[in-house]
Amino acid sequence: MDQQPAATLSEASLDEIKHLVSNRAIEGDTVLLNMGPQHPSTHGVLRLLLELDGETVINVIPDVGFLHTGIEKNMEAKTYIKAAVMTDRIDYLNTVGNNFVYCLAVEKLADLDVPPRAQAIRVILTELQRIASHLVWLGTHALDLGAMSVFLYCFREREFILDILEMCSGQRMMGTYIRPGGLWRDVPVEFEAAVRNFLKIFPARIDEYDALLTKNAIFLVRTQKIGVLSPEDALDWGVTGPPLRASGVAHDLRKAQPYSGYEQYDFIVPTRTEGDTYARYLVRMEEMRQSVHIIQQAIDKLPFGPVRSNNRKYVPPPRAELASSMEAVIHHFKLWTEGFTPPKGSVYAAVESPRGELGVYLESDGSPKPYRVHWRTPSFVNMQILPVISKGVLVADLVALIGTIDIVLGDVDR
Amino acid sequence: MDEHLQSAVDALKERFAAQVSEFRGEVGLILLPERIVDACRALHGEFSFELLSEETAVDYWPQETPRFHVVYRVRSLRYNLILGLQVPLNGNAPTIPSIVDVYKNANWFERELWDMFGIRAEGHPDLRRILMPYDWEGHPLRKDYPLGYEEVAFSFNQKEIDDRKPFAKE
Amino acid sequence: MGIEQKLGDMGIVTLKLEQVVNWARTYAMWPMLFGLACCAIEMMSAQASHYDMSRFGMELMRPSPRQSDLMIVAGRVSRKMAPVLRRLYDQMPDPKWVVAMGDCASCGGVFNNYAIVQGVDEVVPVDVYVAGCPPRPEALIHGIVTLHEKVKGEHIKDWA
Repeated sequence: MDQQPAATLSEASLDEIKHLVSNRAIEGDTVLLNMGPQHPSTHGVLRLLLELDGETVINVIPDVGFLHTGIEKNMEAKTYIKAAVMTDRIDYLNTVGNNFVYCLAVEKLADLDVPPRAQAIRVILTELQRIASHLVWLGTHALDLGAMSVFLYCFREREFILDILEMCSGQRMMGTYIRPGGLWRDVPVEFEAAVRNFLKIFPARIDEYDALLTKNAIFLVRTQKIGVLSPEDALDWGVTGPPLRASGVAHDLRKAQPYSGYEQYDFIVPTRTEGDTYARYLVRMEEMRQSVHIIQQAIDKLPFGPVRSNNRKYVPPPRAELASSMEAVIHHFKLWTEGFTPPKGSVYAAVESPRGELGVYLESDGSPKPYRVHWRTPSFVNMQILPVISKGVLVADLVALIGTIDIVLGDVDR
Repeated sequence: MDEHLQSAVDALKERFAAQVSEFRGEVGLILLPERIVDACRALHGEFSFELLSEETAVDYWPQETPRFHVVYRVRSLRYNLILGLQVPLNGNAPTIPSIVDVYKNANWFERELWDMFGIRAEGHPDLRRILMPYDWEGHPLRKDYPLGYEEVAFSFNQKEIDDRKPFAKE
Repeated sequence: MGIEQKLGDMGIVTLKLEQVVNWARTYAMWPMLFGLACCAIEMMSAQASHYDMSRFGMELMRPSPRQSDLMIVAGRVSRKMAPVLRRLYDQMPDPKWVVAMGDCASCGGVFNNYAIVQGVDEVVPVDVYVAGCPPRPEALIHGIVTLHEKVKGEHIKDWA
C-alpha cells in the first residue's frame, strides 16, 4: 500500500474501494448498496456495504467503528479498580463475564488467591449471564427471522436473571460485582432460593422455545444450509465459541484451560458438524441446558467461607476492623488514595464468553494504573467471517447470518 | 513446560534467535521483526498452532528504542497450548511484515494496529482505518496522544462548555 | 399543518384544538429504533412484556425515520456516529421529539475521552434526559411520561 488509505468510504467513488469489490461492480453489472448503521436488524450500529446481483449477495464489506468508545485508552488513565467499572460496558450482554476476565488477569498478575466460595459464586453468575446472553441472542435472531413472540418470551425469562443480578450487586446490568480478590460482598440470603426457583422453571421454558422453533418448517428452511462455515476456515480465521463448535471443533476454554473451579463441574461441550445457521442455533440451545446443569452442581456444592482474599495490599479490610486495627486503616487509606500496585509484567487471561474467547492482555509497569489493557474480544474476530460465509446468499439470509454469529457491537468496537 | 511447547520453543530459539521469558506460568518469545513471518509459518505448519488469538501493540513512549512492542498470541488446539510472541519496534513510523498469509484473521488486527498505533503492516492487502472515522488524524492509543476529555465545569469554563452544546434547551 | 397557520389565535377554538392535537400526538407517538449500546437492551426490555411500553402507544418501533416522531437515543454516540445521528434527526418529519436515554447520551457518561460525544445535545436538541447507566425500564417509562406531559403543554404554533 503506497498511497493514502481510502479516506472517505462514506462518499467513496468506486476508484477508492476498487480493491475490495469484484470486477463486475466496476463494470456496473452489480449494485453497491449501503446497509447503513441504523437498520432494523443490525444488532447495533454496524454498516455493511453490499455488492448485490439482483437479490444475491456477491460480497460484503463490513464497516465497524461506529461504537468505538476508547475504553482501552481510558482504562490507562484510571486506577485498576476504577477501570473495572468500564469493563462492564465492553460486551454489554456479558457484563459479569467482562468483570470476571479482568479480575482473572489482575489476580494472575498480582498472584492473588481467590477463596473457593467466591469462585463458586463467580461460576454461578457467569453461567446465569451466559443464559441471559443466549436469551437475547435467541430473541433477536428469531425476531429477525420473523418469529416475534419468541422475543417476548426470552425477555420474560431474562427478567428472572436480572432480578438475581440486582439482588447481588444492586444493578440489573452493569454490576461490577466481581472484584480482584473475590466478590464485592457476599450474596444476600434470598440468593439461593431465587437461583433454585429459576433452575426449577427454566428447563421447561427451553422446551417451549424448542417446540416453537426447532422443528418449525419456516425456521428450518431459513436456517439449514445457510452460512456454512467449514472447520478449516473457522480455524484460519480464528473463530472461537459456538460458531467454531458448530463446525465440528470441540474447543471450549472451560474444558481446555479451566479457571475458577470449572474442573469440578461435570458438563458436556455441545458440538455439531454441519456448520450452518441451524447447527449454531442447536449448539447455543444445548449450551443453555448445560449452563443450567452447571449452576445446579455449583449451588449444591456451594462452600461456606469468606468471599474476598485476605491480602490487604489488594483487598480493602472490612469496615468493622477500621475501628480497632491501625494496619487496617493504613491499608484502607492506601487503597483509597493511590490504589494497589501489582508487580511489573504482562499477563493474558481468557474466559469462554457466550460469543467465544474473551481475553485480556494486561501489562503493568508497577504504577497504580494499568499501563496497557488490550481486550481480545470474540465479536471483533468472529466478524471477519461474515464476508466468507455470505457468498451467494440472499439479502434476507444475510440478516440471519449477522444474528447467527452473535455479534455485539460493543465487543467489536470497544 | 509441556514437552511439545518445549520443542517448539527450542526450535524457534535456534532457528530464529528468539529469547525466551516466563512469567506467571506463561511462556513468551522475543523475536526480531524480520523473523516474525517465518516463525509464524513454522508455528502454524510444523508445530500445529492453528489459531491466532490476538495481535496488539504496547507503546513505551517516551522511550524510543524500542518504542513499540507488537504482541502476538497463538493457540494450539491439538496440544492445548498457548504461546506469546513479542516484536520490538523502534521509531515513530514503524513497519512490521504482515502475517496475513499465515493467519487470515490478522487482517483486522493489523488494521487496528495502523489505526490505533500507526504501525504499518507491509504486505497487508487493505490497510485502512477501522475504528476511527475515515478522516481522523493521529493514532489514539499512542502515549503522546491526549485522552481528549472534557474538563469539569467550573464557573470560569462554564461558558466554553455550554458553547459546545448548542442544542441544549434550558 | 396548514390549519395551524391559518387559525391564528381564535381563543377557545384553538385551545380545544390544541388539547385534541396534543392528546393525539401523545398517545400515538412512534419511536424510532435508535438503540446503540447497552441502553438499547434496557429499551428492548422496556418494550417487552414485563414493562410494556405499548400501553403508552409505542407498540412498534419504526426503523425508518420518515415514519417516526420520537427518537430515543439509547447508548453512547461516538464521533463517527454523530453525523449519522444528525442526518437521521433531519430526516424525521415535524413534530419530533428526542429523549436522551442514559448517561452517555445525556452527558458522555463514564466515558470522558476523545471518542465519545459528551452529551447528545452537541448534535440534536433534546427534550427529556433520562439518567442511569443503564436506566431501569421504569426510569425510561418515567421519562416517556414526562415527555407526554411536556407535549400536552405545547402550543399549536410550536410546530407550525
